[in-house]
Amino acid sequence: MDDNITLTINNQSVRVSAGTTILKAAQSLGISIPTICYHEHCTANALCRICVVEVTGSRTLVPSCKAIVSEGMVVNTESERVLRARKVILEMLKASIDLSEAPEIQAMITEYNADSQRFPEAVKRKSAVLDDNPMFLRDYNKCVLCWRCVQVCAEDAQYTYAINFAGRGFETQISTFYHVPLPESSCVFCGQCIGVCPTGALKPKREALLEDGFSLNDITALTRMDWRKKKTV
Amino acid sequence: MDDIESQLDLEPLHDLLAEFIPRGRTALLPALQAAQAHYGYLPARVAAEIGNALGVPLAEVFGVIDFYSLLYSQPVGKTVVHVCNDPACSLAGSDSLFKVISQRAEKQAAQQGQSRITVELAPCLGLCELAPAALVNEIQIGHADPSRIYEAGYPQSVRPRNIVGGDIRLLTANCGKGRTTTLQEYESAGGYRALRRILGNNGMLPMSPQDVVQEIKNAGLIGRGGAAFPTGLKWEGAATATDFPKYVVCNGDEAEPGTFKDRVMMEEDPHRVLEGLIIAGYAIGANHGYIFIRGEYPHAFEMMKRAIEEGHRAGLLGENILGSSFTFDVELRRGAGAYICGEETALFEAIEGKRGFPRSKPPYPTTYGLFGKPTVINNVETLANVPLILQMGSEAYRKIGTQKSPGPKLFCVSGDVRRPGLYEVPFGVPLRHLIEDLAGGIREGHQLQAMLIGGAAGTFAGPQHLDVSTSFEDLRAAGLAMGSGVITVFDETRDLRNVLIRLARFFAEESCGKCFPCQLGTQRQYEIIERLADGKPLPGDIERLNDVGWTMTDASLCGLGQTAASAVLSALKLFPELFTFGKE
Repeated sequence: MDDNITLTINNQSVRVSAGTTILKAAQSLGISIPTICYHEHCTANALCRICVVEVTGSRTLVPSCKAIVSEGMVVNTESERVLRARKVILEMLKASIDLSEAPEIQAMITEYNADSQRFPEAVKRKSAVLDDNPMFLRDYNKCVLCWRCVQVCAEDAQYTYAINFAGRGFETQISTFYHVPLPESSCVFCGQCIGVCPTGALKPKREALLEDGFSLNDITALTRMDWRKKKTV
Repeated sequence: MDDIESQLDLEPLHDLLAEFIPRGRTALLPALQAAQAHYGYLPARVAAEIGNALGVPLAEVFGVIDFYSLLYSQPVGKTVVHVCNDPACSLAGSDSLFKVISQRAEKQAAQQGQSRITVELAPCLGLCELAPAALVNEIQIGHADPSRIYEAGYPQSVRPRNIVGGDIRLLTANCGKGRTTTLQEYESAGGYRALRRILGNNGMLPMSPQDVVQEIKNAGLIGRGGAAFPTGLKWEGAATATDFPKYVVCNGDEAEPGTFKDRVMMEEDPHRVLEGLIIAGYAIGANHGYIFIRGEYPHAFEMMKRAIEEGHRAGLLGENILGSSFTFDVELRRGAGAYICGEETALFEAIEGKRGFPRSKPPYPTTYGLFGKPTVINNVETLANVPLILQMGSEAYRKIGTQKSPGPKLFCVSGDVRRPGLYEVPFGVPLRHLIEDLAGGIREGHQLQAMLIGGAAGTFAGPQHLDVSTSFEDLRAAGLAMGSGVITVFDETRDLRNVLIRLARFFAEESCGKCFPCQLGTQRQYEIIERLADGKPLPGDIERLNDVGWTMTDASLCGLGQTAASAVLSALKLFPELFTFGKE
């Protein structure tokens, strides 16, 4: 494709082809913009807003993962407004969710000088750890609601539609139909959701058990017993 | 599966579903609503049957049910009482009303093992001029007290009359009678003359769709839903779009706290709204329209339904309208309890049978709207202006109001004024005129402390703003928001911190949860405001509030998040003393 759109990002001029996102255009200049919900192989939904940038003439900040470049566009990826939004989003995330297994977000917290204790009395989004099958463990205390698992379970990959949402707003949680255990849902245990989860909220059971100090032999015995129990019921 | 579920009789459901099955997923909300009306709630087996019948994945069916506050996945009482919790109703005592009703339900539950009454706090029910308000199943109750609530549904319960007034009565010419204007009455008052004129039904040459769009552009009509977008430009965008079919949608999901103008229009003069929608369809080349009315407005829904039936019988809807080659039909939809569905793209999602998540824009509705097709979506009041413009001509229309804000405007005035009501004025009258002359001023012996202008998503104003003119341009210059035309008035006895708590809780409850800034920020904002109102702020709370507020305003995906801090940020500026007590 022709590089036929010229725009300015952080005072540098760049030519890219029509239809390119601001995120990709910035990358071509070596400018990196942080992302959380964005995934190369998923539909970009512009949820996390960490990738917002300031575009001259736009009233609000613009999500670079989804916004398409236009001729003469002037973009600032590090303006004061952008930095405040990124920092505060990270601080609010940290106050709500267990990010202990989200190294990329932890690195962003350091990079943007986000204060981990910014919201001292904040309510956390709590959930019981869901251990309802021999394959996956679901710990939604660690879920940032990036939607990737829902997307790969549906049209972005698997067309299985086992999971969607429960609740709304701050109380939103990834859920099966009426919260049924995964084996009672349409889940085929393909593992695509595990592969795209950025925060360790979804994990192979084996990995979780290894972390808990079980040996491989222990784990094999455990899962076999689980399997036998299922058979005899 | 529990016993109740396994004993469910699914036969009636199969009969219900017959009409919905051919329509597929778009029929999901209507099918769930019909099933809930039959079963009282939505048991998993019923939800599964509906999902399978309409081809919707079951996890998504549950996602939809759990999104909308008027759909229940668990059993509820035979009577569901919603007590309005918005600022205007709280001024009129909705808190104690809620307590009394809840206690009675609890007592009943203790005596009989289970309560037949479920009592819930509701976001604004749009009956602000008749505060306090309640909704008992399908009965809307104004000036609610416990006895009125218990008697709801009995013949003696009477709908209170809407209070309508103002300097001019163009949009509200047929309103304020305490009943609905019939087709015959509407026509004898000049109704459908605009439609007849453009279709060439009265011996005149028909007007081309392009000319209709031009006339709306010439009139300078500005959208009345809150975003203030020029209607003519919107119509032109959809009219020139090259994809087909096209749709027109009437946004009757009025839910901005303090707003009730669209409810009054739909209840009392539904044909004016319908005529506006038919003309919009003609102008952009759409043969199908939708009217989406919030679930909390059962009476408006019934009146619009009746108007559509009357329209069909009179040949104003359907094939070859009034003998022309224009064919147009309208489908009515009911919301299921979600403020976010007033956002245009979230409303499309609801019609499509999905959770009401707003879409990231662009693309805009004029090219990619309902079902991904070019769509014009207009607010009820905006559409009510359309027949007026075509009847009186854009030139005469422009003589009303100001140069940049032409036309008549409906204002919903409620709170601590003597005569809360719906007032029609030309754009540009001072706020003082609305409050002191039309609404009768502040209650005896009290003075004005503050006004909330534009609803929960609006801004606070003080007595120093009384002489600001109510045009888009002058309000904006004064740092205020027109929003949907709401003025909630507070006298000096009111604790504005309590108002702020309500606004913050409203946004925390109504955030859809899609984008991070709003999903997290509305919750954080609510927590901080609660601390402030309790007199227990933490050091740095003012800065936190500002940071959270500006992050939501700058970085949220849709208008809800972008305005969720508007009132709070304006209060920080206008009434800093509210936030400077306690530890700080």
